[in-house]
Amino acid sequence: MRSLSFENQQRLLIGLRYALLILIAMIFIFPIVFMVVSSLKPDMQLLRDSGSLRAFLPVGDISLDNYADAFERVPMLQFFFNSVFTTVVSVAAALWLNSMAAFSFAFLQWRGKALVLSLIIATFIVPFEVIAIPLLMVVNSLPWLGPGGIEIGWLNSYHVQIIPFIADSLGIFLFYQYFRDLPDELVEAARIDGASIWQIYTRIIMPIAGPILATVAILKFLGMWNAYIWPLMTIRSEELRPIMVGLQYFFQLNTAWGEIMAYLSVVTIPVLLFYLALQRAFIESIATSGIKG
Amino acid sequence: MAKRKFGISFVQVVNHTRCKMKKALSVVLFVVLLLSMSGIANAQTELSLWYHGAGNETERSILLGIIDDFNMAQSEYTVVLEEFPQESYNSSIVAAALAGDLPDIIDVDGPVMPGWAWSGYMQPLNLSEGALDDFLPGAIGEWHGEVYSVGLWDAAVSIYARRSVLEAHDIRIPTLDDPWSGDEFDAILEQLQASGDYEYALDLGMAWTGEWYPYAFSPFLQSFGGDMIDRSTYLTAEGVLNGEAGVAFGEWWQSLFERGLAPGTSQDGADRETGFIDGKYALQWNGNWAGINTLAAVGDDLLFLPAPDFGSGSTIGAASWQFGISSSSMNAEGANAFIEHAIQDEYLAAFSDGIGLIPATAGAAALSEHYSEGGALEVYFGLSEAQALVRPVTPGYATVALVFEKALADIANGADVQDTLDAAVDEIDQDIEDNMGYGFGDM
Repeated sequence: MRSLSFENQQRLLIGLRYALLILIAMIFIFPIVFMVVSSLKPDMQLLRDSGSLRAFLPVGDISLDNYADAFERVPMLQFFFNSVFTTVVSVAAALWLNSMAAFSFAFLQWRGKALVLSLIIATFIVPFEVIAIPLLMVVNSLPWLGPGGIEIGWLNSYHVQIIPFIADSLGIFLFYQYFRDLPDELVEAARIDGASIWQIYTRIIMPIAGPILATVAILKFLGMWNAYIWPLMTIRSEELRPIMVGLQYFFQLNTAWGEIMAYLSVVTIPVLLFYLALQRAFIESIATSGIKG
Repeated sequence: MAKRKFGISFVQVVNHTRCKMKKALSVVLFVVLLLSMSGIANAQTELSLWYHGAGNETERSILLGIIDDFNMAQSEYTVVLEEFPQESYNSSIVAAALAGDLPDIIDVDGPVMPGWAWSGYMQPLNLSEGALDDFLPGAIGEWHGEVYSVGLWDAAVSIYARRSVLEAHDIRIPTLDDPWSGDEFDAILEQLQASGDYEYALDLGMAWTGEWYPYAFSPFLQSFGGDMIDRSTYLTAEGVLNGEAGVAFGEWWQSLFERGLAPGTSQDGADRETGFIDGKYALQWNGNWAGINTLAAVGDDLLFLPAPDFGSGSTIGAASWQFGISSSSMNAEGANAFIEHAIQDEYLAAFSDGIGLIPATAGAAALSEHYSEGGALEVYFGLSEAQALVRPVTPGYATVALVFEKALADIANGADVQDTLDAAVDEIDQDIEDNMGYGFGDM
């Protein structure tokens, strides 16, 4: 039996590796292909095709009708704006606030710091569903300055969708972990040069925090973009609803599957774009996590 | 860690900002004072109405028409609509109740109403004498002897069949007065399955989980003589769910799947939607809401047949979405006036024409396109009138429904019938005990 040469063995290994990678990639890509292809088909055809390979092929009666119908059924642009607005504001505020909190834990000396940090990390284990009702009670009794003066209760507003989610224990922890591993010399040199605490934060630490900013931004973005339970509990007006709640509009007595797929295709685009924009920094953050400075 | 020793205190930062904050606070208070003085009194009393139909443009336009008519017909109240998606509507109501923020008028699914009434979310209606005289029983929501809600329509289920199929197999077409008996129905299923023309003789809709199970399948149990709970006391399911009749139903139910007469719990949702139309299934157990679409696909050959009678009469489920008034409403008089306005026959007929459901009165049925004499869905009004039985009127129904669904799925998958029903009874009774009888009896 003739054995393979080293070169051929390498080629075979590379071929096998690519085959495996393609297989894994297909597992992730196929649902998206199914979603996009199904969004182009009428309901009956979509359902009939779902049991065969045709489900992944743009064949049969193909059109953009589902998109037109979905836009007609749901005020999609309004929902889209609401989600973009609450998400962007939340992400920006969360990056700012959580990084500052982590900066404090990592670089400032104050009494009880270790205890507070432990408490914040301990909140990881509390799922949102557990605090949802107490949180509802809290926001319902908080004051807010509205057009009619001071109002009690935050329900049915943009700020009730944003403010409770700015401070985020995971974000603080991730920033803290990243800051803690930075070389001491960076901060000490800045202090010797007379930099203030604010200058150290803004000019020394944050400019080199790109990877962790991307990671926290992506995680926060996903959490806010997919917000569902909280808006259900707190939002009454259609004008303030986020895009994920809009998905429920399609589940009528006769479910509009094609429109659901069209809606989901539109909803997924910003998530993909946001991830692709920050992909490099995100991967870098994961690749370097745990490496000591 | 031994680093971060450059020791900057927060105290300096806080002192520095405290002075600035005092000035900012003064400005804010001044602005608040100005804004508070600018309020404009509203002459009309606003009635808030929450509705579950977001995403259904037809329902929305009909409801807005009713609201506009009401708002123009009088000058004391203005009804303002907020729409919610049906799938999450109940969660929004419960959250609003917790926050003390319920609207004046709510709509509520029939079997959910007792739970909301018991929880204090709703108050009884105060409609004019005789306002509900002509209503289908399933469209009236009663709790402890008082009417809490009223529906503009009802829903019903029937057996979908093709006339050509029944005639080809020499099968009698049943009527409301003379439905198939249990044995006759069973023999028909065997006959259709044996013909080899169909993948399954009967599609029960096992792919539709959730409320479909108790709504659509408990009538079979009731026709056997059992029930999900003892309706004479509402304090136990012992003897009715797991008694002789209950076990007979369970054994028949299990045999449907063992004999391969019906697809089981692994049924593909797509097959449920298209299987009967495509000819995979000979018969289908389905609701009237699917009638128009199926008629469009199958044509005049389609028949809507009454439920079989397993010995205690033919029964179908009843009660759909209904209007009620929240307990926190300070404008109950206006809310009652709106509901009484909304239940006029012309509106019931408009809803029926728009969304295909059964008008709640005979007068409205006569005005409707599908349920008037000779209409494609006329048979459903008779079914609702003669066979409808509302699901158990108890706040414990939420638990009963979940337990019943699980028991039926387990039995369909081969679980021991008696053991499964006994376990279901234990779970239902425990929940009733945990909730001190849900307001029934002394527990």
